[in-house]
Amino acid sequence: MDVSTAPEPKARLPFLARMLRLPHARGAGRREGMVENRPFLTVLTHAVLLLGVAVIAFPVYVTFVASTITAEEVLAAPMPLVPGPHLIENYREALLHGAGNSAAPVWRMMANSMISALVIAIGKIVISLLSAFAIVYFRFPFRMFFFWMIFVTLMLPVEVRILPTYKVVSDLNMLDSYTGLTLPLIASATATFLFRQFFLTIPDELAEAARIDGAGPMRFFWDVVVPMSKTSMAALFVIQFIYGWNQYLWPLIVTTQEDYYTVVIGIKRMIAGGGEASVEWHLVMATAIMAMLPPALVVILMQRWFVKGLVDTEK
Amino acid sequence: MEKRVIFRSWWLPYLLVAPQLAITIVFFFLPAGQAVWQSLLNQDPFGINVEFVGLDNFAMLMRDEHYLASFRVTAVFSVLVASFGLVISLILAVFADRALRGAGVYKMLLIWPYAVAHAVAAVLWLFLFNPTLGIVAHWIKGLGIAWDPLLDGTDAMILVVVAAVWNQISYNFLFFLAGLQSIPKSLIEAAAIDGAGPGRRFVTIVFPLLSPTTFFLLVVNIVYAFFNTFAIIDAATGGGPGQATEILVYKVYKDGFKALDLGSSAAQSVILMAIVIALTVVQFRYVERKVQY
Repeated sequence: MDVSTAPEPKARLPFLARMLRLPHARGAGRREGMVENRPFLTVLTHAVLLLGVAVIAFPVYVTFVASTITAEEVLAAPMPLVPGPHLIENYREALLHGAGNSAAPVWRMMANSMISALVIAIGKIVISLLSAFAIVYFRFPFRMFFFWMIFVTLMLPVEVRILPTYKVVSDLNMLDSYTGLTLPLIASATATFLFRQFFLTIPDELAEAARIDGAGPMRFFWDVVVPMSKTSMAALFVIQFIYGWNQYLWPLIVTTQEDYYTVVIGIKRMIAGGGEASVEWHLVMATAIMAMLPPALVVILMQRWFVKGLVDTEK
Repeated sequence: MEKRVIFRSWWLPYLLVAPQLAITIVFFFLPAGQAVWQSLLNQDPFGINVEFVGLDNFAMLMRDEHYLASFRVTAVFSVLVASFGLVISLILAVFADRALRGAGVYKMLLIWPYAVAHAVAAVLWLFLFNPTLGIVAHWIKGLGIAWDPLLDGTDAMILVVVAAVWNQISYNFLFFLAGLQSIPKSLIEAAAIDGAGPGRRFVTIVFPLLSPTTFFLLVVNIVYAFFNTFAIIDAATGGGPGQATEILVYKVYKDGFKALDLGSSAAQSVILMAIVIALTVVQFRYVERKVQY
């Protein structure tokens, strides 16, 4: 845990401020060097990895090519494997007018996906921070019972309770609304565990110091716990943003109006129904590229937190 | 582990856990309880005639050929997804662990598919494997092999397995790589000094030390194939042709939403819950989570 990155608490907490400046251990060093030098093995290593990268990237490359050519070119089997000149008009058409069986414009779906993903990710972080703080820093009746209740939700994925959950949401009049799209997905056992684990590593001396300074629990929460949890929050945000953006089953059943389609659902609606020939693949593929872009950018740009989040949420 | 220093308040902690608990109760426990209750009832789609039938719904499921077929499909699907997913990502991780130069670049080029939604992955592969315009389908036919995932059950299964594995490789890869990097270098050097070549070192040292990671990933991949692949099935094949790719979670959805067979769908939900609980217990009791990064 990196204590020094926590910002200075605001004035009037001198004792706590001193505690936060204490020295701390730094991370371990890196492994260096190879056991031995085998040129053939080195060549094989890169050959296998390059092949893996190429095979894994292939579907996305074909998708990108298909999004830059005309509908007729896509239908001519085999389609070309070199990008065409229609990139801008295809993406423009999809963004402004949607495609085929789903007439909703893609910009609207992207906006819906962005709203849902942000609300889900931030909502999960906020309510899990609060409940983990209560469970770690207070003693109260039913504390462990509540903790187990949150734990048990791990065993109740939406896939196994689809119909009754749908009924609850419909009884609450939340179908076709942002609340219905996001609120039922905000509970998070993983995030609560992660924060609980992290809070347990915060030295007791900090809470002690805060109490000597006369700071209440919420002051301690804002000035110490929240700033110290920044790394965990960033890691969770990356994972939960991807989770929220990529939701499928839930938006599929709670949205019937095109206004509330997320982009992942939109793609499915574009290819569903209607005959084979009516699918406008060049526009569907442009939409697929756009649907992949935000979460892929998050993974690539925030790689460090992504890896941390993935590993932490499995502990 | 507990805190020595705590704060005191009789109302604040309840206020703090309230939002999480409210959502948990309304959207998790209430529906789960309803599923259990409905699994004991027989009712028509409009809820007019309701009759308590005990375990009849379960008995009927056990005799239902379609349900048993769905179990078999799920078993085949998850074995294929888990084994291909683990083997391919282990190979890539072993080589990425060796590649000192460019290891970071390879890692970045291999982990991004995690970010692709399952439904989008399904559409991508559906497009490649489409019998009339897909480029991969074109190559397969060029080899003289008949190919049509819309009509042939085996072809459809191949399609969903490929999409599911493609989507999951990056996750397995990251955990294998982390596991490999946490193996003490001194062990491998000692074996090298004793004259063991790379292959022998992998079999006698690396793979056994990796077994906690492998077992952990095996459980995760089975859970993934059972429950998280709904989107792949729905977007790529819709469970078809016939019932060839109708896994259990897809059947719950289909029987509940399309056929409106509430009692049967609820009973299937209850069986699935039992499976999730069993898998979660295995994961928490027996899996050593000693993955370090």
